[in-house]
Amino acid sequence: MSEHENDVSSRGLSSLDRSHLDLETPEKPYLDSNELIINMGPQHPATHGVLRVILKLDGEKVLGTECVIGYLHRGVEKIAENRTYTMFNPYVDRMDYCAAVSNGLGYCEAVEKLLNVEAPPRAQYIRVILTELNRIASHQLWLGTHALDIGAMTPLFYTFRDREEILKIFERYCGARLTTHAFRIGGCQYETYAGFEKEVKNFLTFFAPKIDEYEALLTTNRIWLERTKNVGVISGADCVALGVTGPVLRASGVKWDLRKAQPYANYSKFDFEIPVGTNGDTYDRYLVRMQEMRQSMRIVEQAVNDIPEGPIMGKVPKVIKPPVGEIYHSIEAPKGELGYFIVSDGSTQPYRLRVRPPSFVNLQALDLMVRGSLVADVVAVIGTIDIVLGEVDR
Amino acid sequence: MPNFIMSYLGSTVTPGEAGNQFWALVYVFIIFVGVAVAVLCMNWIERKALAHFQIRLGPMRVGPHGLMQPFADALKLMLKEDIIPAEADQFVFWIAPMIGLLAAFTVYTVIPFGPSQAVSDMNIGILFMLGVSSLGVLGIVVAGWASNSHYPLIGALRSSAQMVSYEVAMGLAIVSAILMTSMNASGTGTLSMIEIVRAQQQQHVWFIFKFFPLGLIAFAIFAIAMVAETNRAPFDLAEAESELTAGFHTEYSGLRWSLFMLAEYAAMIAVSSIAVTLWLGGWMRPFPNLLHASAWDFIFSLFPGLTFGGLAAIAFIGAARMPAHSFFRIQRIGLAVFAALLGFIALLLLVIAVAGRSADMSLAARFNEGIGYVFWFVSKVAVFMYLFIWYRATWPRYRFDQLMKIGWKVMLPISLGVLMVTAIVGVLVS
Repeated sequence: MSEHENDVSSRGLSSLDRSHLDLETPEKPYLDSNELIINMGPQHPATHGVLRVILKLDGEKVLGTECVIGYLHRGVEKIAENRTYTMFNPYVDRMDYCAAVSNGLGYCEAVEKLLNVEAPPRAQYIRVILTELNRIASHQLWLGTHALDIGAMTPLFYTFRDREEILKIFERYCGARLTTHAFRIGGCQYETYAGFEKEVKNFLTFFAPKIDEYEALLTTNRIWLERTKNVGVISGADCVALGVTGPVLRASGVKWDLRKAQPYANYSKFDFEIPVGTNGDTYDRYLVRMQEMRQSMRIVEQAVNDIPEGPIMGKVPKVIKPPVGEIYHSIEAPKGELGYFIVSDGSTQPYRLRVRPPSFVNLQALDLMVRGSLVADVVAVIGTIDIVLGEVDR
Repeated sequence: MPNFIMSYLGSTVTPGEAGNQFWALVYVFIIFVGVAVAVLCMNWIERKALAHFQIRLGPMRVGPHGLMQPFADALKLMLKEDIIPAEADQFVFWIAPMIGLLAAFTVYTVIPFGPSQAVSDMNIGILFMLGVSSLGVLGIVVAGWASNSHYPLIGALRSSAQMVSYEVAMGLAIVSAILMTSMNASGTGTLSMIEIVRAQQQQHVWFIFKFFPLGLIAFAIFAIAMVAETNRAPFDLAEAESELTAGFHTEYSGLRWSLFMLAEYAAMIAVSSIAVTLWLGGWMRPFPNLLHASAWDFIFSLFPGLTFGGLAAIAFIGAARMPAHSFFRIQRIGLAVFAALLGFIALLLLVIAVAGRSADMSLAARFNEGIGYVFWFVSKVAVFMYLFIWYRATWPRYRFDQLMKIGWKVMLPISLGVLMVTAIVGVLVS
């Protein structure tokens, strides 16, 4: 916590001014006026799903934005109140479907905390391996789509080719590729399949040169630098004020990663670094995420080498009935802090379940980041925040 | 045969110059069909090449290796419902693709595929080309405006600003090439496309290598400007998919949309042809002065046949390597037929090359000569077309202000500087 406090000198919103957006169009026909209100989305190739952004433009310049969300609202939190703890587990995979394993980890750990049980060591290792692999997969997806938004088509196909290898491991482990439902409350349902360790190690050796390949395409690409440097700049203080977490926060120079700050699972056993940026621009966020992929590989390597033998399921009752109480547990999902707040009334179903989704909170920073820049920057910034609308809307 | 047909045969000037309107019309027809076929080929090649850059296969289903895909697409686009948005300006919306297409195709009247293989040899050819190709932007602007929608409007505005600013640098680069044409005994330059190539022949150098590196810089300026001029990646802001959905043609669909695509590809080929004419020796084969023995002439005249032979071989190997499963039978037969067709063309070209070996004025010799000119011209253009695809696969898109910055602050000063230095060097040398 102390690092975090030091970085934030002022807790107020330094450059935030919400008294903007009068999105009312003038009475004049639009061709005669200076300001143009355009609707970006919900059907738009670069809004990563069904995000609708209302842009107020002066020519190419963005005067203000307003996000309209809810097109993918499925009432996940309400559903939780009508399902048992076990039954709700697969639903969380459908929030951030690019990082389903992370969602499951967060939920399972929250319920375990409520139940006051702990997953056995072997299960913890399996969880860490799969979660970190999922982080890589999520960042790959981010990289491909982000590059596509900025106009580079090729990285998308490269990242999807390599993401496939991770999905294959998931599929062999639990039968699903995307919405994995990999973990259960109290541990893991499945023992690793024969050759799991070998395949994971193979992936690590396979993937190390692939990151270099991505970087060769983009990191020193002149156009990429011009399109990302000093675009969507956000300061660390603003990030903290808005509650922005994850790579976006770290790229702004705040060294805040829940895996180190409040270690969960068994992350405290692994040696890894938290990559931090300095400028808080799109390029720094790109570099941070690229570094995170390398760090995740380090974690996976250590975990797969040290994985102990033993049971994979903790002592949890058949019918999960947590004691009356409430719990907030958060993990470092690929996109930021993913928190679960669960209120238990002692029955088999949560009285209330609330998710703190990183995408939703990070999306708030969009307006601050794009105000005064150009239309092309809006798509770059939406890409760099790395939102998944399934998680924003839930 | 009527006299107006026969009188042109054996002429060494373009039909336009000879005043033979019938043959000019025939040439127009040939060029129109040729460009349309080239666009179809380009459509297929771009998809396949782009796919292979991106570790995918590209079209594979319609015909062997997707060879019939362009035809299928063309058919689909023609059969699609013709939608004109209710709020659009109907007439302007209707005429906009025509303007673009007209501008793109009119440029071809002055492009010399050979010393007499052009519709017309205008004495202001390059000026005509600049003027007409600038009209293409009108089609885009009008399309964006007539759509009465926000994204097309922004795309159109971007496009007009972009084309206007890059045309300046482009024009100055062209002027420096034109200055080089005056480096002859009489000291007279020319604006005629054919004479520009002839000037390179007389001066024994492609203008890209003239006054090294001046010619090269001017060429590079033109090569960048022409990408911007044709709205291709990384300067494809007018149709930036991720920002403006489809830019100026968002509201267009079906046949009208395909006309825009046709215009875009035709314009790409046109500007590449101009680059080839001005800097890369137009129709001239490599080293025409160094390797000028008749044996060399013969060897180089084999190239067209050998190229088609190579393509036939590739197609044949493709057919032979297809899986033996009965599912591929029709595809295999199709590819074999295609290979045979290419092989037949290759054979025909080789026969012509052998028959037209002697440098007399026989029909075969004239034919052979003409094929050589067109072949070398098209080969050089093909390199540019490949580069267009390569750029698209490699680079992200520039932002609007960055594009403007490059156009006005980088390319314009450089091209002005090159122009001045070329003028000074030219005076000093002569």
